Amino acid sequence: MKIIVILKQVPDSETKIKVKGDGSGIETDGIKYVISPYDEYAVEEALKLKEKAGGDSTVTVVSAGPDRTVESIRTALAMGADAAVHVNDPALEGADSLGVARALAKAIQDNGFDIIFAGKQGIDQDNSQVPSAVAELLDIPQVNIIAKFEITEDKSKATVSRRIEGGEETIETSLPALFGCEKGLNEPRYASLPGIMKAKKKPVKTVDLAGLGLDAGEVGAAGSHVKILKWIPLPERQAGKILQGMETAEASKELVRLLREEAKVI
Amino acid sequence: MTIPIEMFNEEHELFRAQCRRFIESELAPNADAWETAKDFPDEVFRKVGAAGFFGIRVPEQYGGAGGDHLMASVWIEECSRAGSGGVVAGINMHGLIILPALAQLANEEQKQRFLVPGVRGEKIGALGLTEPGVGSDLFNCASIAKRDGDDWVLNGAKMFITNGCRADFVLVLCKTRPEDGHGGFSTLIVEKGMKGFDQGKRLEKLGWHASDTAELVFDNVRVPSANLMGQEGQGFYNAMANLEWERLMMALGSIAASQLVWDRTMEYVQTRQAFGRPIGRFQVNRHKMVDMATGIEAARQLNYHCLRLLLAGRPCLKEVSMAKIFACEVTDSVATTCLQLHGGYGYMKEYKVERFFRDARLNTIGGGTTEIMKEIIGKLIGL
Ligand SMILES: Cc1cc2nc3c(=O)[nH]c(=O)nc-3n(C[C@H](O)[C@H](O)[C@H](O)COP(=O)(O)OP(=O)(O)OC[C@H]3O[C@@H](n4cnc5c(N)ncnc54)[C@H](O)[C@@H]3O)c2cc1C
Repeated sequence: MKIIVILKQVPDSETKIKVKGDGSGIETDGIKYVISPYDEYAVEEALKLKEKAGGDSTVTVVSAGPDRTVESIRTALAMGADAAVHVNDPALEGADSLGVARALAKAIQDNGFDIIFAGKQGIDQDNSQVPSAVAELLDIPQVNIIAKFEITEDKSKATVSRRIEGGEETIETSLPALFGCEKGLNEPRYASLPGIMKAKKKPVKTVDLAGLGLDAGEVGAAGSHVKILKWIPLPERQAGKILQGMETAEASKELVRLLREEAKVI
Repeated sequence: MTIPIEMFNEEHELFRAQCRRFIESELAPNADAWETAKDFPDEVFRKVGAAGFFGIRVPEQYGGAGGDHLMASVWIEECSRAGSGGVVAGINMHGLIILPALAQLANEEQKQRFLVPGVRGEKIGALGLTEPGVGSDLFNCASIAKRDGDDWVLNGAKMFITNGCRADFVLVLCKTRPEDGHGGFSTLIVEKGMKGFDQGKRLEKLGWHASDTAELVFDNVRVPSANLMGQEGQGFYNAMANLEWERLMMALGSIAASQLVWDRTMEYVQTRQAFGRPIGRFQVNRHKMVDMATGIEAARQLNYHCLRLLLAGRPCLKEVSMAKIFACEVTDSVATTCLQLHGGYGYMKEYKVERFFRDARLNTIGGGTTEIMKEIIGKLIGL
């Protein structure tokens, strides 16, 4: 089976993000980048499937991003993926989800695929758009936010479940299909030291938009339908107010008044 | 000519991220409970094994990763985040001292019996050098094994043995031909359950609370000759052979932990207010922070210098002995100073400096005391 994982590199959730003074983006200095956590579930599920499917099954990681993305790709290779395609083109800087999805879909198509795993969303911008768009562009079914995954013996169908309010929804789909992975689907493995040492020798193919036969003017930032106008930092937290020296009844009254008149929340 | 500045490359950093993830999710959250219980479950060894961290310096054919000292150093540095010196001591005694010794000295059959399950964390090892009567002066050790048919009959005791109570096997240094001087020592692998082998009970300690430190007693223990590790008569030399690395490990771990405590203290002195300003803004405290940072940096660079020498296969006994003295003494003063900067909170368990203060105290004693390091260096410089 040709198993594909779509992977995105994002700032570590523990990094303190600072918005640039002019609002054009975030300060990238000193940011630590990691695989988007939901994508780790995708990598793990792909590796589990590869182990189960056996034979000449392979896991190929497909990722779009600048040079630094290779570090995250290597982590997935160290976990056990076999190869990677890295779409690296400055024109993608500022591209919208559809643009990125077009680039990824083309790279996946060129590589060939039987099944695709992605994270349910990237934890940086939380758009949750790319996986669905990729599936649409490849004209295959997709189920997002899966918490369980099973495949039939002949690998023609998959049964997955999604957590829904008050229960679970079980969905059966034909393959190929794309799945967006949710926390709880599995426990991502540690990249072992032998895995890390072997990762360097695994092939990472780097392609730009031209190499994929795509027009940077259309797929890249220039053709983007969605434009981020400005990044605005969260307002500084204001000091709290403590009501002191009042009886409970009096304090409650004052609290309600403040919530209504000053904080304007009730 | 450009001289590379960083010793650790992309692979090391990738490995570091894996180590950190494991330590922060599997060890650190339990550190408080284990310290209070003065114990941590054997299950932790299985987990470390299953995640592959016991095999760092074990060849691949025995289930390890075949990594070098540099990879092991990454793990050691990250271990400081476990939040318990005792847990780290138990794990690394097994993974970074016992297992590499087996890989180096044990025969094939012994490797299958101890090394392979050891890498998986299914058998736990301990090292028995120190005795109730001798520590620094191992040459005068009193444990003796006499040949009787196919067995060795072992008598004696070992003191302060890390993993001692739980160990499935202990590498015991003993005299097999006392009349042969330094050439009269051997190493026997003594196993749990052998008749006459008493694994004692946990000794109460100042620090390293979670680790099990025991006194082991051997009363006419019959050890089959199949359990002689390495050559007969080579025991003393074998025990000495890896001391450089063992001491450097202590120096590396101690500085990584110091850095972490310094970082925390840095936060504290910026937020804790006294007399209308953060306590770090008093010149005397600012200088303390600077002095500690300077000591830590200097110690780290000496450690890394030793690591480079070790990796290059160059003799470095003098440098490593210096590194152990310097790093462990720096750590000792960092522990004292950071506790002082925390004021009353530093004395409270909640703030972790207290634990570090107790745990760090061992560093200038274990693995060869500061005084013994100085004696080694003194000899090497010809005085
Ligand atoms: C928590 C803990 C865990 C340990 N784990 C292990 C273990 O797993 N396996 C193991 O084998 N050992 C272990 N040890 C033992 C440790 O290695 C010894 O305690 C250490 O080597 C010192 O030996 P000693 O305690 O006998 O001190 P001694 O040798 O009695 O020394 C006492 C004092 O005299 C000084 N001194 C000795 N000789 C000289 C000299 N020539 N010149 C100047 N001063 C001198 C020493 O520096 C020290 O200050 C452990 C110890 C502790 C506390």
